[in-house]
Amino acid sequence: MSVQDRYISLVAACTLLGASLSLPAEQTSEEAIAEYHAMFGDENPAELWQLRGEELWKTPRGSRQVSLEACDLGKGPGVIAGAYAELPRWFEDTGKVQDLESRLVTCMTNLQGLPESEVLAVKFGDGEQKSELEAITAYVAAASRGSRITIPLDHAAEKAAYALGESVFFYRAGPHDFACATCHSESGKRIRLQTLPQLTTSEGAQAAYTRWPAYRVSQGELRTMEWRLQDCLRQQRLPQLTYGSDVAIGLTMYLARNANGGEMAAPSIKR
Amino acid sequence: MNSSFRVTALLLCMGPLVSVLAEPVPDLTATLKAAFTDKRQATLDRLDQDETQKLCTQLRDQVPTSELSQKITRMNLATVKPPADGKYLGDWKAGEVVASTGTGLQSSDDPAKPNGGNCYACHELAPTEMAYGTLGPSLKHYGKLRGQDPAVLAYAWSMVYNSNSYAPCSNMPRFGHRGILTEQQMKDVMAYLFDAASPVNQ
Ligand code: HEC
Ligand code: HEC
Repeated sequence: MSVQDRYISLVAACTLLGASLSLPAEQTSEEAIAEYHAMFGDENPAELWQLRGEELWKTPRGSRQVSLEACDLGKGPGVIAGAYAELPRWFEDTGKVQDLESRLVTCMTNLQGLPESEVLAVKFGDGEQKSELEAITAYVAAASRGSRITIPLDHAAEKAAYALGESVFFYRAGPHDFACATCHSESGKRIRLQTLPQLTTSEGAQAAYTRWPAYRVSQGELRTMEWRLQDCLRQQRLPQLTYGSDVAIGLTMYLARNANGGEMAAPSIKR
Repeated sequence: MNSSFRVTALLLCMGPLVSVLAEPVPDLTATLKAAFTDKRQATLDRLDQDETQKLCTQLRDQVPTSELSQKITRMNLATVKPPADGKYLGDWKAGEVVASTGTGLQSSDDPAKPNGGNCYACHELAPTEMAYGTLGPSLKHYGKLRGQDPAVLAYAWSMVYNSNSYAPCSNMPRFGHRGILTEQQMKDVMAYLFDAASPVNQ
């Protein structure tokens, strides 16, 4: 069996297992992952996304027929080693603070000349519909494995992004009065059996942030931080957060900075 | 070691992160609205805050002062409507469904279906149900421990109707005040807490 085939059957098996895991929460998050490892060992289907991401990164595409190998993720054109661990950051050329996903959109549109509507058509994959952004994010994030998160907040716009993210984290709204802080500002709490990370401390933020993007067993998909935020906001009963918006990047900056010094270990496996 | 040093050391070791910039963002609601779009029933007006949400947002996770606590509880207690027929307790079996159902009002939920109360997300209730969350206190044996004195029933009703009537800036949703649950659903969930036959009291 080729690497691809092996992972395809693994993903199929995981999707079946995922269906059972997404039934009423009878297991803690940790138990679900332990069950997964018992069945599949250390194999992480995220590698399938990484492989696809690598191919997308290296293939000349778009109206300019160039690859992403000249894309500057903050450490110079084409440098991906350790780049994810230093994002979000300020970019001179766009005059914006960007996370990995919004930076990839910039490179795919400006550098490669792909139409934005095409780049953003599938932000989050769904079975047959594959997301290029998720695949490339997995590939780039994997190149930061073992790197320490380094978010110095040197630029005024980076400080402002953090302040925005922090304010949003505590903003109570919607029919349920929920803020991110409702579920994520105490340690050792759970919703049903799902352990809630405490994201206001460096220990809690590191444990969470260093493990995204992640392969979600319950969905059979690789998911990025933008997806994680959107799904929590859905549970918060709020409307749709715009992908790559200042609020999405602010929240990511808040989490990344709180996780400063943590060692990246993504893509990981999540329930 | 002097005590202020010890306090600082303790804060550094285990305290929450010191905020990098404590300044609040000026018009956060407008900033949020610009970054969100309507998604089915989850529309932009959900980003508007009422007075309680505003005050509790400013506090972040700080405990309110007694003056502010009083202001919030008074304002919220005034919203609590007792059941129209004066009867607090409905059907515990229907209440169990309300307590176990987590859906309702999310963009992904069917608005034609009744909303859940999702009490199990945060509370231990029936001792046989192990999949309970811990954001709120255990409500196991709630009625068995407290009896059905009118004052006890009225307090529990107020907590379900509007948690901020007694617990300012509570993490518990204000189910009646915010229109999450209907009066009948709240009566049913009250019966789930108090009825002697309810699994909560076994
Ligand atoms: C109603 C409760 C609730 C709210 C409100 C909420 N979340 Fe979550 N969050 C969860 C749950 C449940 C999980 C999944 C935990 C698991 O899988 O075990 C989670 C997971 C996460 C994770 C991933 C943690 C990890 O270790 O994998 C991050 C990051 C996160 N939330 C951030 C946020 C942010 C930022 C907000 C506000 C925009 C927010 N959450 C609002 C319930 C909530
Ligand atoms: C998001 C979490 C959450 C949910 C969901 C929730 N609660 Fe609570 N509840 C709390 C918290 C937290 C408290 C403690 C009050 C406080 O200090 O905020 C509480 C307190 C209570 C109390 C008062 C206990 C006492 O005697 O002092 C009752 C009764 C109660 N909840 C019933 C319910 C019922 C019934 C439901 C479902 C319809 C429910 N709760 C849903 C978090 C929650």
